[in-house]
Amino acid sequence: MTLGHKLLVTVGLSAGLFTHAIAGDITGAGATFPFPLYAKWAEQYKAATKTGLNYQSIGSGGGIKQIQAKTVDFGASDKPLKKEELDKAGLIQFPTVMGGVVPVVNLDVVKGGELKLNPAVLADIYLGKIKNWNDKAIAALNPNVKLPDQAITVVYRADGSGTTWIFTNYLSKVSTEWKEKVGNEASVQWPTGVGGKGNEGVSQYVGRIKGSIGYVEYAYAKQNKMDFTQMQNKAGNFVQPDDTTFKAAAASADWKGTPGFGAILTDQAGKDAWPITGATFILMHAKQDKPEQGTEVLKFFDWAYKNGDKTALEMDYVPMPDNVKNEIRSNWKQIVGANNAPVWK
Amino acid sequence: MTAQELRLKQQKRQDAAFRISTRLFAILVLVLLAAIIGSLVYGAWPAITTYGLPFITTVEWNPVTSAYGGWDSIYGTLLTSFIALLIAVPVSFGIAVFLTELSPIWLRRPLGIAIELLAGVPSIIFGMWGLFVFAPWFADNIQPWLMEHVGTLPYVGWLFQGAPMGIGLFTASLILSVMVIPYITSVMRDVFEVTPAMLKESAYGLGATTWEVVWNVVIPYTKNGIIGGIMLGLGRALGETMAVTFVIGNAHRIPGNLFDPTTSIAATLANEFAEAASEIHIASLIYLGLLLFLITFVVLVASKIMLMRLQRNEGAHS
Repeated sequence: MTLGHKLLVTVGLSAGLFTHAIAGDITGAGATFPFPLYAKWAEQYKAATKTGLNYQSIGSGGGIKQIQAKTVDFGASDKPLKKEELDKAGLIQFPTVMGGVVPVVNLDVVKGGELKLNPAVLADIYLGKIKNWNDKAIAALNPNVKLPDQAITVVYRADGSGTTWIFTNYLSKVSTEWKEKVGNEASVQWPTGVGGKGNEGVSQYVGRIKGSIGYVEYAYAKQNKMDFTQMQNKAGNFVQPDDTTFKAAAASADWKGTPGFGAILTDQAGKDAWPITGATFILMHAKQDKPEQGTEVLKFFDWAYKNGDKTALEMDYVPMPDNVKNEIRSNWKQIVGANNAPVWK
Repeated sequence: MTAQELRLKQQKRQDAAFRISTRLFAILVLVLLAAIIGSLVYGAWPAITTYGLPFITTVEWNPVTSAYGGWDSIYGTLLTSFIALLIAVPVSFGIAVFLTELSPIWLRRPLGIAIELLAGVPSIIFGMWGLFVFAPWFADNIQPWLMEHVGTLPYVGWLFQGAPMGIGLFTASLILSVMVIPYITSVMRDVFEVTPAMLKESAYGLGATTWEVVWNVVIPYTKNGIIGGIMLGLGRALGETMAVTFVIGNAHRIPGNLFDPTTSIAATLANEFAEAASEIHIASLIYLGLLLFLITFVVLVASKIMLMRLQRNEGAHS
């Protein structure tokens, strides 16, 4: 056996090993927000079916790029794509779970959930127009709190993120000035403040800086026991962020009427709706090059819709309502293989 | 042909093959460099054609309206590196002088090794230390004092204002200075050591103090090497990413004082690359990367030239 032969055999062996490990596994990439849940689901799914999921949380923007390049079986994004974008790329979109974005503060005088904010005040703080905690507008909402004479430090996500997309979507809806000056994107030109990298960066800054206000995903705020605020919703009620108020936001949304189920859950009209709620989405090609992989992906999400709600709730995500899940399943029939046969039956 | 001639011929062939392959490897480096520049220009092309050179001087970073300009990032990169050098150069100089002139012989090796080890600490460790340990301590203990006492002085007071957050321009510069000190120190120590003992001893013989020997003999003899070492440190400071991203505050604004948050090219890239969706956003980020590459390239070339000059002078003197 020459050296060349040995090398060939080694390469062949290792290639064999790798294909063996990958065959049957499904691959996905994208949003960081649902990553802990997808990882947990994947673990349980593997135990139940032997099929693994390799999900890389590279961010929503990356997920969209990867699915367009067909390097993964599905992409994941916190920002719903519009109908034109979906049609142009030949993608099908559906939501998996929902979650809320909550303002968090570092103020000695209030504990978690005590401080009340309304949309105008939140927007003015992030616009840099309200600069001190003793501002009359904040005091008017919180007559029972003795607010300190302390400068407000605004904290935002420095990295582009779906969380920022939901937050700025909300601010754009409730403040014309925000909509005109700043707008709604995964990263924006912030008028004031400092930027932390990731949820952990924002929470570290808010935890560190006295008088600061930031925004993080609800699961993150809850698990780290951060002092979040109440928000006044569209119906005029002050609500606490939790799974009931997130669900209330989802209940009044028009899922069926929005292409790709891309309903935006911010500033919903329900009387208990948490105003800064959002869903996270899966993107798949409508025409599958490898139909059997497409079937595997849909099997996974079907399993997750059936068996994953408990895990989702434990991890502070909110499952989709059952009627929406059924709508999504019937929508899967649009995903077809080479012979135009649906990959989902 | 005798056996000996055959062997000679074979050896010649081997020699030629060896020569060619080493040359190929050397050329590969140049090809890689050209390829990096080429792919940066290619990737940045949409931004270069859209914004042109005014990109460099514009302060604007708005993904919503797709308006991009890099001056805040460039300014932040240059300013943090400059302040880092202001702190690092005197400290490194002190360490190098101590190591070569004043330290007891037995202490030189352990101290030298400790400094080289510092150069091997991964930058993310510095970043985390800066964010979790240094920034809180600095915000609670040092910043309020600085703002109260130095911030009220005429002329320099405005530098020390802003909110005591612990993160921002100054913290980033300080972390950077800790990171470049080992580099500058080891180059300075090495060039100080090449100063001929004869020169120094003559000066001591004439009654010069240690300071006078360092100032009048060692520094003039090694000044190109010192500058080369500083440039090397500057090159590292310019491109440092993670440590800076953690503590600079990541705000696309020109800082008004030392404690304001700002951003640097490397921090902007680290923050935004993964989630940049539109083509022009990605191209603008690559454009920034290209500018950083050019800045670092110029700095490193300058340092190399300085060091080469030193080596030539060395030959001329001895």
